[in-house]
Amino acid sequence: MNIIVCIKQVPDSTQIRVHPVTNTIMRQGVPSIINPYDLFSLEQALRLKDTFGATVTVLSMGPPMAVESLRKAVAFGADHAVLLTDRLFAGSDTLATSFALASAIQKLAGERPVDLVFAGKQTIDGDTAQVGPGIARRLGFQPLTYVSALRTLDRATRTIVVERRAEGGVQVLKTRLPALITMLEGTTPIRYPDMPDMFRAART
Amino acid sequence: MPPRRTAPLPETLKAYRHVWVFIELERGTVHPVSWELLGEGRHLADALGVELAGVVLGPPEEATRMAIAAAFHHGADVVHLVEDPVLAAYRNEPFTRAMTDLVRDCKPEILLLGATTLGRDLAGGVATALATGLTADCTELAIDPETRGLAATRPTLGGSLLCTIHTLACRPQMATVRPRVMASPRPDVSRWGRIVAHPLGMREDDIVTKVLDFIADDPRDKAMLTYADIVVAGGRGLGAPENLRLVRDLATVLGAEQGCSRPLVQKGWAATDRQIGQTGRTIRPRLYIAAGISGAIQHRVGVEGAETILAINTDPGAQIFTFAHFGIVGDALTILPALTAAFVQRRAALSFPAALS
Repeated sequence: MNIIVCIKQVPDSTQIRVHPVTNTIMRQGVPSIINPYDLFSLEQALRLKDTFGATVTVLSMGPPMAVESLRKAVAFGADHAVLLTDRLFAGSDTLATSFALASAIQKLAGERPVDLVFAGKQTIDGDTAQVGPGIARRLGFQPLTYVSALRTLDRATRTIVVERRAEGGVQVLKTRLPALITMLEGTTPIRYPDMPDMFRAART
Repeated sequence: MPPRRTAPLPETLKAYRHVWVFIELERGTVHPVSWELLGEGRHLADALGVELAGVVLGPPEEATRMAIAAAFHHGADVVHLVEDPVLAAYRNEPFTRAMTDLVRDCKPEILLLGATTLGRDLAGGVATALATGLTADCTELAIDPETRGLAATRPTLGGSLLCTIHTLACRPQMATVRPRVMASPRPDVSRWGRIVAHPLGMREDDIVTKVLDFIADDPRDKAMLTYADIVVAGGRGLGAPENLRLVRDLATVLGAEQGCSRPLVQKGWAATDRQIGQTGRTIRPRLYIAAGISGAIQHRVGVEGAETILAINTDPGAQIFTFAHFGIVGDALTILPALTAAFVQRRAALSFPAALS
């Protein structure tokens, strides 16, 4: 299986200052982390890798320093990391962000078909929850948002059954691969990076 | 105010008219956020001098008829209806198809959806299919008199600042709003309007995703924060997780729901569904008591719809005192038990004669 996990590097603190003259956000001096919601999706992807033996590629769009988050994802156990970085991406809205990420996924799929894309439910800085569904629509993948559990994945029939958090209950959905999944928070305990993967990350 | 960037609206997009609200009908009931959006949509439509329409997507059954009637009662002039058995349970594919076809046919200038799990799932797909701008989780919507455009204000960076977003050269202008951010309009049962039926260009065989089951939540397990009349919440000022008991005691006496600020969820002291604020629940109770909560924007936007806010904080300079109606400068750990004791006494005084008679 070929799995792509979209992650975003976000400022750790919510105490962001705004530049008094330019009205832009001052990110300097604020430590950056992997968006916490993305970790649940990364963890689920790595669990599929543990079970079925998948290739997991982490994909991010951001400034060059976002490579730190990708390195961390490799330390958790991701196989490959791809960073989309360009000054032109600065200030992208959800439409532009999902376009850039979908284009990158299409490019990667050209080398080897993609079975599953994971994304965070939302980010802690933008909070829109719109990039995942946007990527799915552009790729023509089935969107599965707010997933609380993966029930079954049948590689022969290429079907997946998930539990999806809805208003007032849980929907059990069955769909075909390729699909895009955003995981609900708190669904799975997050692993710690192990030693060999940490060395691999340092060399990546 | 930062300088506003402008871009002329292409001629072809000037034909887009009217304000639309997605009526979130699922399993026979309409999410109340839909009525809140109709109330807000009414103001926008009146400011623009256009019609307000509700979009009802559902199966051919009584609940769909009732949703249409309720949309008119809550302010819609028109209902655009797609009625098809395929739309019985929410799935992204047929709902996105129905909504995008409707927009392409009828060209509304504004489309509002609730920022629920359903609304956010749908909005992202629809905005991408239509290649238009979408502003998520707005706290304020207004019409810019110069451009007739929608000015959509939302908190960003975890609620540390507010920004106003304009969709300049695309239509429709899409926005989502979370439940309880806007007030619900009083229904007028004498109101009625025009129903415009549209076909769904899709059959069950065309849809990849199937719903196998629906497991309804046990209502006893669910925090009913969003629609509670009284809410008591605690924040960092409680000092230790066990002090949440003081919040619970007061909530119990008042018949209130219990909430907390974001730091307590981050510390693991309280469950996510108790969190109040931009990244948690938005509440609109008749009385809100905030104990040991500083009142950062992220919290403020979740509670400013409350009729009365009582704040308890040791710091007289705390943000929360700038928007609370009543403030007590003092330690929540002593004030909360004092309030609980006072309410217990008051209740006993009120109910004692009744018990005797």
